[in-house]
Amino acid sequence: MAANEMVDVLIIGSGASGAAVAWSLAETKMRIVCMEQGDWMKPSEYPSTGRDWEARRMADFDIFPNRRGRETDYPINDSESAMKIANFNGVGGGTVFYTAHWPRMNPSDFRVKSLDGVAEDWPIDYWTLEKFFEENDRMMGVSGLEGDPGVPPRHPPMPPLPLGKTGTVYAKTMNKLGWHWWPSDSTIATQDYEGRAKCINLGHCTPGCAQGAKASTDITYWPLAIRAGVELRTRCRVREIVTNEHGMASGVIYYDANGQENFQPAEVVIVACNGVGTPRLLLNSASSRHPNGLANSSGLVGRNLMLHPWPQVRGYADERNDGAHAPMLSMWSKQFYETDPSRDFVRGYTMQFARGTGVVNEAIQSMSVGALPWGADHHKVYRDLVYRRLQVGIACDDLPEECNRVTLDPVLKDSNGIPAAKIDYRLGENTKRMMEHGIARATEILEAAGAKNIYTSRTLLNSPGHTLGTCRMGNDPETSVVNAWGRSHDVKNLFIVDGSVWVTGGGMNPTSTIQAIALYIADQMKQRLATLFD
Amino acid sequence: MTAETLSPSQTDDLRRIAGLMVPASEEFKVPGADDPKIFADIEKSIGRDMADIRKAMAALAGISKLDDAAAMARAETFRSAGGPLVAAVERCVLQCYYRDDRVVISLGLEARPPFPKGHVLEQGDWSLLDPVRKRAKMWRDA
Repeated sequence: MAANEMVDVLIIGSGASGAAVAWSLAETKMRIVCMEQGDWMKPSEYPSTGRDWEARRMADFDIFPNRRGRETDYPINDSESAMKIANFNGVGGGTVFYTAHWPRMNPSDFRVKSLDGVAEDWPIDYWTLEKFFEENDRMMGVSGLEGDPGVPPRHPPMPPLPLGKTGTVYAKTMNKLGWHWWPSDSTIATQDYEGRAKCINLGHCTPGCAQGAKASTDITYWPLAIRAGVELRTRCRVREIVTNEHGMASGVIYYDANGQENFQPAEVVIVACNGVGTPRLLLNSASSRHPNGLANSSGLVGRNLMLHPWPQVRGYADERNDGAHAPMLSMWSKQFYETDPSRDFVRGYTMQFARGTGVVNEAIQSMSVGALPWGADHHKVYRDLVYRRLQVGIACDDLPEECNRVTLDPVLKDSNGIPAAKIDYRLGENTKRMMEHGIARATEILEAAGAKNIYTSRTLLNSPGHTLGTCRMGNDPETSVVNAWGRSHDVKNLFIVDGSVWVTGGGMNPTSTIQAIALYIADQMKQRLATLFD
Repeated sequence: MTAETLSPSQTDDLRRIAGLMVPASEEFKVPGADDPKIFADIEKSIGRDMADIRKAMAALAGISKLDDAAAMARAETFRSAGGPLVAAVERCVLQCYYRDDRVVISLGLEARPPFPKGHVLEQGDWSLLDPVRKRAKMWRDA
């Protein structure tokens, strides 16, 4: 096996958290290498550059890796999961594919045990993270509007995305109902920003932004980190983290683009592969010293998986709206976010308001629920659907349950022969009640907006690609995998910085908070460099 | 037939299904999904759905030889069963039909990719936020 020169810090994964940590640690002038199993993306090849842009979202740009099936993807057995696993493997990771919706966790999300008597409190709080939220907002480039009574104060550096026709319908409807709404914070640039061109409304932003207006870490953090001396190696798939006789991580074994097995020694290993990739790697790093997987003395590596159940309710208005001619999401509502004792569930959800969808997606989805017929009536019915969709998503808080977990599949392997992840995930009773409450409220909104033909999709294909909680942080080594600043309780030079350290899920898109936590952990590491392994 | 293509009879059956699913319309001045140009696109774009399309065509074998009423009845039976094979057939037909220039223009849209021209999004009336601005703080501090 070939061996490389020792590096000070090895980061595994170049997505939301790996990029932020790399950039933050670069100022230490340590030798930092990041290994990414995917490739650099080429915006000129993103789907919106071609007429087949919608079809490619069901092919090489599908959010589900099992269908996408790129060489750089790994398979996931999610046959025993109520939700499918969505992700992306490439420089930028999931930020290449996210909707760029940018809520933060609220302060109460970090204190669910104290406030609501469920799950566990986090060992950190919102206010500890606040300056990292702000730093990250500047780095990613956030568009938004100050003054939202639904969330703590924040200072988006750019104005919000326009309301547009669809947003105006929602705004008037929410005012009629007397319910909270606010234009969404988004990492889609509304002005030219730090070398990025402003949004020109290419349409739905999920499969990569050809304009470069959407902030993915390949165009935000990475150029700066690389300029500061960090080395990013693509097509390097890490198989396992190796430990030495002192109980410390000594480096990783990985496969390069040619399938060659290599050893990369490192003084510090940072894992940033998110809620499925990280436990998969730790479980695949089992050895005689760590027979149940690395950093797993608690037995919690892979457990407490949270996926954010996300029902969608849609209906059709009489008038045409923005359809696919604008970023997908326009506004949020925190009306039902905080716990209300009068409800039959604790915690809550964010409502997200979508602008519409493309002509292909409309046809496929409507036909799949029987709303669009085959035969002679097809065209007439379709013309009452296209560019008339109103859709409300319900981003449910997901509480941890140990039975929801990532394990290693006994049969399925990736193209390098590395055992794949198997997902077991069910919906909790509290979550089910929350979902039904949200579906009923979303239906009220659509009916108040005059929408007809209302359909609900609960979970199966609504997977937002949020994989959280499988290496939770905490102060007690018996009930957590990493400490309050991301260091493994068991292996003192092993850090985890991604969504797997989350203790609870909150009810919103997680990337802003994932990155704030990553920047916080990097800051803690910098402050403790002299005593990092004590 | 290769790993990437259908047999001639499977192709005929898929063409028939496409035409039954989305027929031509005089009223809306659009071709059907069995239009030669559209169907050629469907055929070459099956990609990841090839295995399911083959299974679907096995279930529908010979439909291209049936008269209209019998073919539609058989198609309805297939469709009403639902499942991944129906989803694959619908996906393969619709993803190509609704990117044909004639069809897209008939919907009042421009037949072009989103990039580089993009679209115009109206700003909207931000005074709609006035009642929301007056609300008290809603989030719990902790």
